[in-house]
Amino acid sequence: MKKILMVQLLVLLSACAVEPWVQPYERANLADPIMSFSRDPISSSYRKHVYEAREGARGGEGSQGGGCGCN
Amino acid sequence: MVVKVVRVVAVAVTRFTTCCFYIWLLLMSFSVSAAVLPEDRADILSHSYQGGGIDITGPSILVRKGDDKTFSVYANHYVDNISSASIDVQVLGASRYSEERVEQSVGMDILHGKTIMSLGMTNSDENDYEASSYNFGISTDMFGDLTTITMGYAKGKDDIFRTQYVGGVRTRESGFHEEAIRQSYSIGLSQILSKNFVLSANFETITDEGYLNNPYRQYRFVSGSGDQYRTEVYPATRTSRAASIKMNYFLPYRAAIHYKQRVFADDWGIEANDSEVGYTHPFGEYLILELRYRLYSQTHADFYSDLHAEQSTQVLDFRARDKELSTFNSTTLGASISYEFAKNGWWIFDKASANIAYDYIKFEYEDFRDARVSLNDDTLVGNEPLYEFTANVMQLYISLWY
Repeated sequence: MKKILMVQLLVLLSACAVEPWVQPYERANLADPIMSFSRDPISSSYRKHVYEAREGARGGEGSQGGGCGCN
Repeated sequence: MVVKVVRVVAVAVTRFTTCCFYIWLLLMSFSVSAAVLPEDRADILSHSYQGGGIDITGPSILVRKGDDKTFSVYANHYVDNISSASIDVQVLGASRYSEERVEQSVGMDILHGKTIMSLGMTNSDENDYEASSYNFGISTDMFGDLTTITMGYAKGKDDIFRTQYVGGVRTRESGFHEEAIRQSYSIGLSQILSKNFVLSANFETITDEGYLNNPYRQYRFVSGSGDQYRTEVYPATRTSRAASIKMNYFLPYRAAIHYKQRVFADDWGIEANDSEVGYTHPFGEYLILELRYRLYSQTHADFYSDLHAEQSTQVLDFRARDKELSTFNSTTLGASISYEFAKNGWWIFDKASANIAYDYIKFEYEDFRDARVSLNDDTLVGNEPLYEFTANVMQLYISLWY
């Protein structure tokens, strides 16, 4: 019963139309490569590897594909 | 008691699985129109790290190709050529050694509506360490494509060996073979806040189980009027949690400010945080300059000490002297320059860029001492100067879009 209610709730939620406050035609600046979180993945993953091999902290920065291989 | 623990774990796993199912159902229910696959591109990079007596150089080649509509595949070949005479090597009286690590990854992204599913696997090989892992991820756009939610899982297995010189050649010691299993669970959210402002938040927990030591590293302890070294004794498990927030803001004159903050904690007692601020500024049509400044700091693991009071006498009497587990901070100052060319296409390429990136990093340790100073003088043991070193990190790479 609980699961059925949950599924119904999800269906209802999915039916909710959210009016985007930034329209697609207003996203030119966001689409500019300089706004990317990882403009050059090969470079940012190398930099991440440099830090992870020398620091105690790890992870939590969003996935970039691939495994760690940093041992 | 054991039955109770098993029952609690089983319930937790069931709840996690159920929760994942509902989240997946929610994500799929929003799939109406198309998300975007990564661009088709090839990157050829040469990297160099020099610092603390270690030189690491090598190439990395990353190629990605898709059909623009339903899938994109990638492959990465990465090499570390290592030549090391770090402080750890010198303190233990070993000589400079060289080795090579080769890492290869392949993966695929599959697009369905607004959802992208990712699969990947990585294999890393060196003469005393073999690691393989696979990962699965799912991301979907929702709420008018203003929000992207991602979830990921990765599992890896490491085989750890130890080498010694036999007849001048580094050879694996027979009888030494340890294993470790690593798992990662991650969730992320990317949110467009305005037409100039985008934010991303991520959380990841990683668990390790098995042999987590570096088999060569040793801790030191007080012995008589001097010190002695023994192989480190580590816990067999580690669980860590990390959360980050990243923000990009587009400035009115076509430039961008980037900010990242991360916090980290694990059950070894390490707490860390790092902040990074960056600025990207295009010059004309062809040049892009990026500047970045990063601060990192961490506290030491509970079982870390530069000089332990006594020798470990049992398996659970943990001892470590890895500087990576000590209290320290690092500061990075970096810059990148990209020169974009062939913007109207050339041969089979749509555009290309040549890039150079440099980072200067300074590591300052607060409870890791330069034990080289006291190697021949017991009166200095425990009073050596604190260790610090700088590193120069260079990347040269070419990117080709097609």
